[in-house]
Amino acid sequence: MRLPWKEGSKVPRDELGVLSEIKKGYILRQLKEGKRNDGRELNAIREATVQTGFVTRAPGSAMVQLGKTRVLAGVKIELGTPFADTPNQGVLTTNVELLPMAFPTFESGPPNENSIEYARVVDRGIRESKMIDLKKLVVTPGEKVWIVFIDIDVLDYDGNLIDACNLAAVSALKTAVIPGAAQGLEDIPLPVTCTPIAVTFVKIDEFLVPDPDLEEEQASDGRITVTTTEDGNLRAMQKGAGGAFTFDEIREAISMSFNLGKELREKYFR
Amino acid sequence: MGTESDIKLINEDGTRIDGRTAEELRPIKIETNVLNRADGSALIEWGGNKILAAVYGPREAYPKHTQDINRAIVKCKYNMAAFSVDERKRPGPDRRSIEISKVVSEALTAAIMVEKFPRAQVDVFIEVLQADAGTRIAGLTAASVAVAAAGIPMRDFVVGCTAGKVEGKIVLDLCKEEDNFGEADLPVAVMSNSGKVVLMQMDGSLSLDEFNQATEMIVRATKVINQIQRDALSAKYAASMEGGE
Repeated sequence: MRLPWKEGSKVPRDELGVLSEIKKGYILRQLKEGKRNDGRELNAIREATVQTGFVTRAPGSAMVQLGKTRVLAGVKIELGTPFADTPNQGVLTTNVELLPMAFPTFESGPPNENSIEYARVVDRGIRESKMIDLKKLVVTPGEKVWIVFIDIDVLDYDGNLIDACNLAAVSALKTAVIPGAAQGLEDIPLPVTCTPIAVTFVKIDEFLVPDPDLEEEQASDGRITVTTTEDGNLRAMQKGAGGAFTFDEIREAISMSFNLGKELREKYFR
Repeated sequence: MGTESDIKLINEDGTRIDGRTAEELRPIKIETNVLNRADGSALIEWGGNKILAAVYGPREAYPKHTQDINRAIVKCKYNMAAFSVDERKRPGPDRRSIEISKVVSEALTAAIMVEKFPRAQVDVFIEVLQADAGTRIAGLTAASVAVAAAGIPMRDFVVGCTAGKVEGKIVLDLCKEEDNFGEADLPVAVMSNSGKVVLMQMDGSLSLDEFNQATEMIVRATKVINQIQRDALSAKYAASMEGGE
């Protein structure tokens, strides 16, 4: 199997997950000159590639490369029983696996607090935007509904996993087909209503920058994710990773997120 | 958020399901050093919430590989008692409480002078005895008092409040029904003096205007709640002075 890797993409070796003070100083000097660590513009996000239908065994899937970060989302859709308090709705679950192959300090085993946080932030964006019309996933009310499992494997880590996972999950869902035929029903596309886009920022000194790479994450003090939909509404937010933000900085993040969300939707979900 | 229901959340006269106005807090009471063994503790009663926060440390970080040579680490464990909610909650951490523990730890890390205690850890235990919406913020607000009561140096108090959207209206400090059936939930915690945000989560649907309206309400409320924190802390010291300790 040939993976659609970008040729010659190398990330700095960083076994300890600690950034040197010299590198931190360099990142900050670059920012003061209006450039990012990797040379892009201050408010630019990295180039992304989205390849849907990567795993044909899954009813929906997407391989996403964001800069040098790479994640693969797979959607499985199975029949099951609804939750007792929502008998007339399908079920949605989101899980993120930080695979040990993706980074020297990632370990196998049950999800840790990072993977749980990432999964829950991605889940909130998809759930609260009502991207999937869960009411249309009912086969027999109270008894049989479609359960949508979103599982995301993190394969290669160079920062900003939340946005990469969101982009992969949304791409996979948009192409997913409910496998009804195998159950004597009909195969129908998963009912999708909108496109929630998460944009994550970190604060480095006084700079608020979107889509940080790993070194920028390590040099940063504070992270904020804003998920928006095309109707101009906020759907999920999460402040993470220590540090503190002023309300003005948060408003700046929100308005940038609306702009970048629009850009991403036009680019990848035309 | 957004579970469908026929419950009317806003009354004809514009008041809320529990009779409050849009910008009215539920009653809040904080008591410090309610536990004997812990280095610092606080009990908060906020509406129907009853939440204990206890602090141990700073003490040597364990296991050793978690030690940070530059600063103390703050380890918060948020837990809901099995009997704290209507339907029994299976004991032990679930994904929700692991996420809350993480964001609360991060919020406290910003306020505690962690750089004074390299290789150490500060343990913060939040136990929700009775839940009534807004437990992460109430727990964090109590935890901040417990850390101060433990004598751990802090830059600032951490104080929080929730706002949300209910039937299209922005309201402060959601109650249980509003939390379950409302359209948006925005828990925020700030440092009391600097006003900087150390915890923020949001789910549901808000426009930018609604977000601004909600955060303005929250900022005003945190000033009131911070005074309750300060009073709780000084009341304990006043009592110990009188007792001749």
